[in-house]
Amino acid sequence: MKPPARARPSLFALRQPVPSWAYRLAAGLSFVSVIVLWEWISHRPSTNPIFIPTPERVLQIGGDLLRDGNLWADLKMSFLRVTYGFLLSVVIALPLGLLMGAFQIGEGFIQPLTEFIRYIPVPALIPVLMIMFGIGEVSKVMLIFIGTFFQLVLMVADETRRVSYELVQVSYTLGARRYEVVNLVLLRGAMPGIFDAMRLCHGWAWSYVIVAELVAANEGLGYRILKFSRFLQTPKIWFYLLVLGLVGLALDFLFRVVGRRLFYWADTSKR
Amino acid sequence: MMLELRNLEKTYVTRQGVTPALLPTSCTVKSGEFVSLLGPSGCGKSTTLYLVAGLERPTGGEIFLGDQRIEKPGRDRGMVFQNYTLFPWLTVRQNVHFSSRLANNRRWRSLSLPSIKEEDRADSLLDLMGLTDFADAHPRELSGGMKQRVAIARALANRPQLLLMDEPFGALDAQTREELQEMMRLLHVHQPRTVLFVTHDIDEAIYLSTRILVFSARPGRVIRDIAVPFGADRPLELKVTPEFLQLKRELFQLLHQDRPASQDRDDLLRRVVRSHSHPPSVSQPSSTTKS
Repeated sequence: MKPPARARPSLFALRQPVPSWAYRLAAGLSFVSVIVLWEWISHRPSTNPIFIPTPERVLQIGGDLLRDGNLWADLKMSFLRVTYGFLLSVVIALPLGLLMGAFQIGEGFIQPLTEFIRYIPVPALIPVLMIMFGIGEVSKVMLIFIGTFFQLVLMVADETRRVSYELVQVSYTLGARRYEVVNLVLLRGAMPGIFDAMRLCHGWAWSYVIVAELVAANEGLGYRILKFSRFLQTPKIWFYLLVLGLVGLALDFLFRVVGRRLFYWADTSKR
Repeated sequence: MMLELRNLEKTYVTRQGVTPALLPTSCTVKSGEFVSLLGPSGCGKSTTLYLVAGLERPTGGEIFLGDQRIEKPGRDRGMVFQNYTLFPWLTVRQNVHFSSRLANNRRWRSLSLPSIKEEDRADSLLDLMGLTDFADAHPRELSGGMKQRVAIARALANRPQLLLMDEPFGALDAQTREELQEMMRLLHVHQPRTVLFVTHDIDEAIYLSTRILVFSARPGRVIRDIAVPFGADRPLELKVTPEFLQLKRELFQLLHQDRPASQDRDDLLRRVVRSHSHPPSVSQPSSTTKS
C-alpha cells in the first residue's frame, strides 16, 4: 500500500509558513524585478541619463570610486559618527529605560517628557546644535544621539514592562531582593527585545548621520552625495545610495545573527 | 510550624468601587498538612494564597507562620504558579539553583565562602523529579508537565516551610495532570511538608489533600472545612472507589448550592433553541426537546 500523499500546503495560505526556497525565490525576484525595471527605464531613448543613468554606468563609476575615490574614507567617517552617537545613546538609554520600566514613578518622571521631545523633528534641532556645539564632530554625534536616544529609552522601558510580572513575583518568593530582581530578572528577560530595539535604532542612526552630513561636513557619505549633486554626477550618487543600502543590510544582518546567538533561549513564537 | 490566618480580609478598591475579594477568614494549618483551597473562580482562594505568600497585603487581619508575622515574600514560602514561571534564559539546573546562587552572590560580596551544600541538594531534587536528563535544557525545549516539575523543584530547593501552589496543574492535559498529582502525592508522603494548594478541580483536591477548605463564590469565604478520610497510600484507582465518589458528590453539591445549576441550564437551553428555530416567529420556550 502506498502511504497517503502528503497535502502540499498552499503558498498563499494566510499567515502560514512557506518553504524556505519559496521565500528566497520571492526575495530574489523582488531584487531582479527592480533591476529589470531600472534597465528598461534607463535604456529608453526618452530618458535623460543625467536623471536616471543605466545600471552598467553606475557600476562602472562605482568601480572607479572604489579604486581611487573617497568612498572608503567617507564610509569610515560616517560609520564612526553613527557608532559614537549610537553607543552614547545606548549607554544612557539602557539604565534609564530599565528604571522607567521597573518603577512606575520613574516612568512618570521620564516618559511624558520623553514623549514630548520625541515629537520634535530631529532635523529641526540642527541649527540649535550648530550654535551650541559648532560645525564639528560633536554636533553630528549629538544629532544622532538625540535622534535615537528618545526612541530607544521608550522602547527599553516597554520591553522591561513586557517581562511577565509573575517572574518578578516568583523571584521574590525565591528570596530575591529588589535590586536583584531588576538586575537578574527584568534586565535579563527584556534583553532580547532591547537588542531588537537597538537594531532598529541603529538603522535610524544611519538616516540621521546622512542628514547631519548634508548640512555641514567635509567628509562622509552624506556630504559626498551633496557634492556630487552640485556637479550633476548622478551615477556617483546612485552608487553611494547602493552602498548605503548594502551597509545597512549588512549591519542589520549582523545584529540579527548576534541576537540569535545571544538569545537562543528566547521563545521566538512569542515575539 | 503552624500557619495561622487571623481575620484575614482583602478588598480591592477600583474606580468602579470597592470589591471584597475575601471576607474575614480565620483558620490554622498544622505542620505537614496538605490543604486544598477549593472553590469556583473569583472566590478568593488565589487571593488567600497570594496573601500568605506575602505578594499582596491584606486589608485586614494577620497571618502568622510560627510566631513570625508575614509581611513580605520570602524563601520560607515557595510558590508554584499556574503559568510555568521559569526563567527562560536559565537552564533547568540554573533555574533550580536560582535561590542558592542569589545567596552565594551575596556571600561572595561579604567575602565569606559560598556553600556547595545547597546546590547538591538542588541536584538531588532534579534527580527526584526525573529531570536529570534535561538539566541543561532551556525551558522552551520542555513540555508543560516538565516545566511544572522544574517549577516545583525550584520551589522545593529552598526547603520552604510552606509550599504554595496556585492551580499548578490547571494548564496541563488530563494525563500529565494525573502523573503530576501522583508525584505530588508521593512527594508529600515521603517529605511531609505543609502545602496550600489552590484548585477548582474536586478530584484533584480530594486525591491530594489531607484537608479541604471549600470557598463560596464572590465575595469569598470558607464555607466548609473537610478532613479527607484517606490515608497516606493513595493509588490513582482511589478516584473511582465509592468512598471517593461519595465525598466528591458532597463537595459538588456544596459548590453548586448557591447557584441553582438547573435554572441556568433551562435558560441556556431556551436561548439555544431560539437561535436555531427559523423563522424567529416560532417561540415555544416550553417544548425545548423539539430542536
